[in-house]
Amino acid sequence: MAAEGNAKPAKKLSLKENYALLTRGLGWEPSYEKKEDIFRTIDFEGVVIHDWDKWEDPFRLTMDAYWKYQGEKERKLYAIIDAFQQNNGQFNVTDARYVQALKVFINGITELEYLSHRGFNMLAREFPGVGPRIAAQMQSLDELRHATTQIHTISQYAKYFTGMNEFPYQFDRVWYLSIPKSFFEDAVTSGPFEFIVAISFAFEYVLTNLAFMPWMSGAAFNGDMATVSFGFSAQSDEARHMTLGIEVIKFLLEQDPANVPLVQKWIDKWFWRGYRLLSLLATMMDYMLPKRVMAWNEAWEIYYEQNGGALFADLARYGIKPPKRAPETIAEKGHVAHQMWSVFYANRDAVGFQMWLPSEEEMAWMSEKYPDTFDQYYRPRYEYWKAMEAAGTPFKNTTLPQLCQVCQWPCLFTDSGDPTTLSLRETEYQGQTFHMCSDGCKDIFDDTPEKYVHAWLPVHQIYQGNCFLPGVDPTAPDFNPMYEALRYMGIKPGVDNGDFKGGADATNWEKWTSRPANIHEGAYTDAVRDSHIKS
Amino acid sequence: MATTSTQPVFIALQANNDTMPIIEAIRQDNPNAVVHEYPAMVKIDCPGRLVIRRESVEEHLGRDFDLREIQINMISIAGNVDESDEEFVLEWKTH
Repeated sequence: MAAEGNAKPAKKLSLKENYALLTRGLGWEPSYEKKEDIFRTIDFEGVVIHDWDKWEDPFRLTMDAYWKYQGEKERKLYAIIDAFQQNNGQFNVTDARYVQALKVFINGITELEYLSHRGFNMLAREFPGVGPRIAAQMQSLDELRHATTQIHTISQYAKYFTGMNEFPYQFDRVWYLSIPKSFFEDAVTSGPFEFIVAISFAFEYVLTNLAFMPWMSGAAFNGDMATVSFGFSAQSDEARHMTLGIEVIKFLLEQDPANVPLVQKWIDKWFWRGYRLLSLLATMMDYMLPKRVMAWNEAWEIYYEQNGGALFADLARYGIKPPKRAPETIAEKGHVAHQMWSVFYANRDAVGFQMWLPSEEEMAWMSEKYPDTFDQYYRPRYEYWKAMEAAGTPFKNTTLPQLCQVCQWPCLFTDSGDPTTLSLRETEYQGQTFHMCSDGCKDIFDDTPEKYVHAWLPVHQIYQGNCFLPGVDPTAPDFNPMYEALRYMGIKPGVDNGDFKGGADATNWEKWTSRPANIHEGAYTDAVRDSHIKS
Repeated sequence: MATTSTQPVFIALQANNDTMPIIEAIRQDNPNAVVHEYPAMVKIDCPGRLVIRRESVEEHLGRDFDLREIQINMISIAGNVDESDEEFVLEWKTH
């Protein structure tokens, strides 16, 4: 091209022309292999596609532009991560309770980004259409970027706080981390169409705003500039993924009427699976952010009831109805965060982070945000437990909870109509009884029991003796099954878990920052300067 | 291109110096848009349809602007997307 240096540049292509050339123009028809031998997983789910070229990527993003903008995002993000690390940003967050939420993030969420990377890699291979293959390829790279940026960011915290240095090991072993792990593995082991409806539509379009908008805004509000930066950087990709999600749905629904009931079934299933997974966010928002932006029930109203309502109104023209179990999510919105925190608190010796009871100030906030539920059902419970702590007989569960065969959460939720009765469902299948936490999970089990009867339920496995490190002798006189199961999971008993007050993170925080580890309770140790002591 | 839908579409952007001219352009071209400010984030709701016009952003920004640059600072969207060289549109088609 150098010889033509003085020639006039060719007319710039429009975005649409450029997109057509750099996507459709890159595909080819196979000549010496049969198409069905190349794309072998595309038919078994029963989805009918007549014309892959009807697929439109509304962003019309091509690979050249993709690298350019992703490179710019990375430069911005790493400038912030560098500044955060150079300036001891880990000590500038509100208090050390906030850091416990990051443990949930690195141990339970980051690996989902990596599993998603693998899932979209498979789609990029398996879809016959060029447009969706390129979109899946970009998303696969995005997800890998999310995993690595989250690990880099949180590694700074891991140098100073407990419980964040064993995340890949823990993800495969910790009993409650089977909740996110089994969610994504259920999706990845589905067919390609169910996977993309599950992840791109039900999870990313309908639900992940809850994770990356109010929660990340809350991270910013609590002074965590590194986390909000990776969160928003990831979310800038997510906006593109969401568009892929809605395009997938429209494409499938427009291709053939036979696809409508399949898509509806997958929406019903994956909305419920995704909702159950993200309920974790409810407790992270309401309990683990020392300074709060909004409550879970408000976030659910904005991001599901209002925005999801608009989405499903738009899809009604195809014959799609809102998810079957959406009413249950609305009925639970005043309860779910409190029920979950209670279970984590009661099991605090068996989790990988440290727990506390909400302060008077926090309970006043909850009474205001949850006027119909908090004072009636949850405040009395916390006051009772506070009295037990004060009396030196703190309440703890010494056994592990019953898990749901489908979502793998403990069966901790209550029936929609009665917040004093646990929601327990069961199905007999091939002579065995399987337990579920809800009608939503029972629907899923009953539709495809073969997929769930094999579920590796950690609590069952612990009780069967399958979760001890090599060399551990269960017949030894001093054998402590809880201690040994925690060691197997990669949790350091007495260091990573238990009570926040008196724990390593709270004590170190006060020593290193001279500020209270819990802003609502004043100093726990003498390391906090007098001017900060409230009580 | 008119829609009869009044269901809310939205775009959420990082609150930073890059997005201020984009937000101003959105206000100018979408009289029904409501701008909500949260920590680090701005969420703009609009009934039925929201448009970001390249020319309007350029007026506020004082330089050439490629609409794809929005992706760098975009946090989330709701609505069907249609993007060309001139406009980035979010829209619901039905009530």
